[in-house]
Amino acid sequence: MRCGDFKETYIKDEEIFQSLFVKFWLGLFFVFLIIFPFVASAYYLYVANMIGFAIIGTVGLNLLTGFTGQISLGHAAFVGVGAYTSAILVTRLGFSFWLSIPFAGLIAAFAGMIIGIPSLRVKGLYLCIATLAAQFIFEFVFIHWESLTKGITGINIPAPSIGSLQFVTEKEFYWITLFFVVLGVGYARNLVRSRMGRAFVAIRDRDLSAEIIGINLFRYKLSAFAISSFYAGVAGALWVTFLKVVTPDHFPFILSIQYLAMIIIGGLGSTLGSIFGAIFITLTPELLNHLSEVVKAYAPGHEEIFVPMKEVIFGLLIVLFLVFEPRGLAEIWNRIKNFFRLWPFSY
Amino acid sequence: MDILIQVIVTGLATGGVYGLIALGFVLIYKATSVLNLAMGEFMTLGAFVCLTALLQLKAPFYLAFILTLLMACALGFVIERLILRPLIGEPIISVIMVTIGLGLILKGLMYMIWTPSFRTFPEIFPPKPLLLGFAVVPSGLLWGFVFAIIGTIIFLLIFKFSRTGIAMRATANDQQAALSMGISVRWVFALAWCFGAMASVIGGIVIGNISGISVYMGDIGLKVLAVIILGGLDSIGGAILGGFIIGILENLTGLYIDPLIGGGAKGMAPFIILVIILMVRPYGLFGKELIERV
Repeated sequence: MRCGDFKETYIKDEEIFQSLFVKFWLGLFFVFLIIFPFVASAYYLYVANMIGFAIIGTVGLNLLTGFTGQISLGHAAFVGVGAYTSAILVTRLGFSFWLSIPFAGLIAAFAGMIIGIPSLRVKGLYLCIATLAAQFIFEFVFIHWESLTKGITGINIPAPSIGSLQFVTEKEFYWITLFFVVLGVGYARNLVRSRMGRAFVAIRDRDLSAEIIGINLFRYKLSAFAISSFYAGVAGALWVTFLKVVTPDHFPFILSIQYLAMIIIGGLGSTLGSIFGAIFITLTPELLNHLSEVVKAYAPGHEEIFVPMKEVIFGLLIVLFLVFEPRGLAEIWNRIKNFFRLWPFSY
Repeated sequence: MDILIQVIVTGLATGGVYGLIALGFVLIYKATSVLNLAMGEFMTLGAFVCLTALLQLKAPFYLAFILTLLMACALGFVIERLILRPLIGEPIISVIMVTIGLGLILKGLMYMIWTPSFRTFPEIFPPKPLLLGFAVVPSGLLWGFVFAIIGTIIFLLIFKFSRTGIAMRATANDQQAALSMGISVRWVFALAWCFGAMASVIGGIVIGNISGISVYMGDIGLKVLAVIILGGLDSIGGAILGGFIIGILENLTGLYIDPLIGGGAKGMAPFIILVIILMVRPYGLFGKELIERV
């Protein structure tokens, strides 16, 4: 602990920006985020956008799984519900993109609450299987409800705009993504230190005790599902608008696993961890792609090995983190921070 | 009417195969309380190993079969020791995710070794279908059924009468009590993984015979979740009975509902049944009832 850093009230202890130092670095980081699109190439901006969507979805899932302790193997389904809601509202009913985003979130939240209903009766393993089934049922609906979703042909989505200002390129879309990421992360960070956030943590740690101290499990579990799915819906809507097309292939089971991998690698029950995880898992396949191109240049014919390599590395990351660093990148970050905070006199 | 009986008989035979894979899940769950979501990949790996032994090594079937069982046994031991043991006492999400991660690794490795192309087994079983008079059972399904029944009876007998089986049941019941009675819980865990892997590779070989193998065969493993939930997560008999019920229901859905909504309902049926069971009776037909009102 740093010298002279005494906290005298709970409010002080729960502050997000604990010191001037943190505020300074965060400010600098924001400046970097704003300068970034002016210096980066289209490819880097594409990756940045992808990271942004992943962060929104991951922060939501972490609220449900990391903070409330309810496992969801169906997060991709909610991402899909949001994506389809937005796409259908924009193309069929002529909604503007901006209005379709909250609706995407709300419909996804509604779907999440329906899936969350079993969580009141079953938990742990059984909930995990229930959400897994939900994933496949939603996937099936996306493909077969052709009158609404146009099946496997998918729906083309026009680019969003304000007045005459169009958001078509990666650079223009970056601002939308940045706005929603800051909003989403800020809300989640504040939520977890509110009454609701504390209730979530209480449910995770011991549902029986939580109920005894007066936490309404029904209400809070469903809220957790709703909020998490709202995030997923918004992430999905942004993602497919960025891609300009939505098909059922976008929301496979592996995407749900990817989201879970992000919060596990990032750190369960940590908002910062969700961000780390989202960045890490989005960058890994991109790095592999680069590697595969390098291999293609020097040893042609061997680059096919990188197709399954992605899955292997993915699985390895999950297993290794769970076995050796169950609290994820957030914990590593804390350790590094603590090392430098007292360096060189750590005792 | 004829087609109805035929569909029910096919469903029964398919259900036998589901039951066999479900047995793998249950054996592991019963002793270690771990739901192994990598089961589908175990199954695929078993089928690939058996096929390689048959084609590359030119081994006769019984030898290839024994070789596959040995491989499964080793796989179970190694995985339990390296991956699952460090996670004892960790929250359930870690344990589930680690098996999913394991599944991804196995799938990727199989893709590298055997390429994603589709293969078929050479003829192992006599191709003659069984004529029952009122229905026809294709040879693959028939043999799958036979294997499933034999496998179940063997495992049931082991659990009921052998020393090891009793140790496993004791561990499932109460780990601490089992430990204090001198049972090596570690050994039981390792053995459970070994048995589970063996049951699933037999399932893999049978399914490989019926419909050919590819890397994506493992998806059946997820369908079998419906079977174990219906039968009860910790009931061996339930796994087999659940297999029959799901097999029949799945095929009936294919017959009656598919034409109504234009296909695809057959593959979906297990998951819908799964949700219904979870809502109505989460512990399944024969599972241990844990009543907790929170």
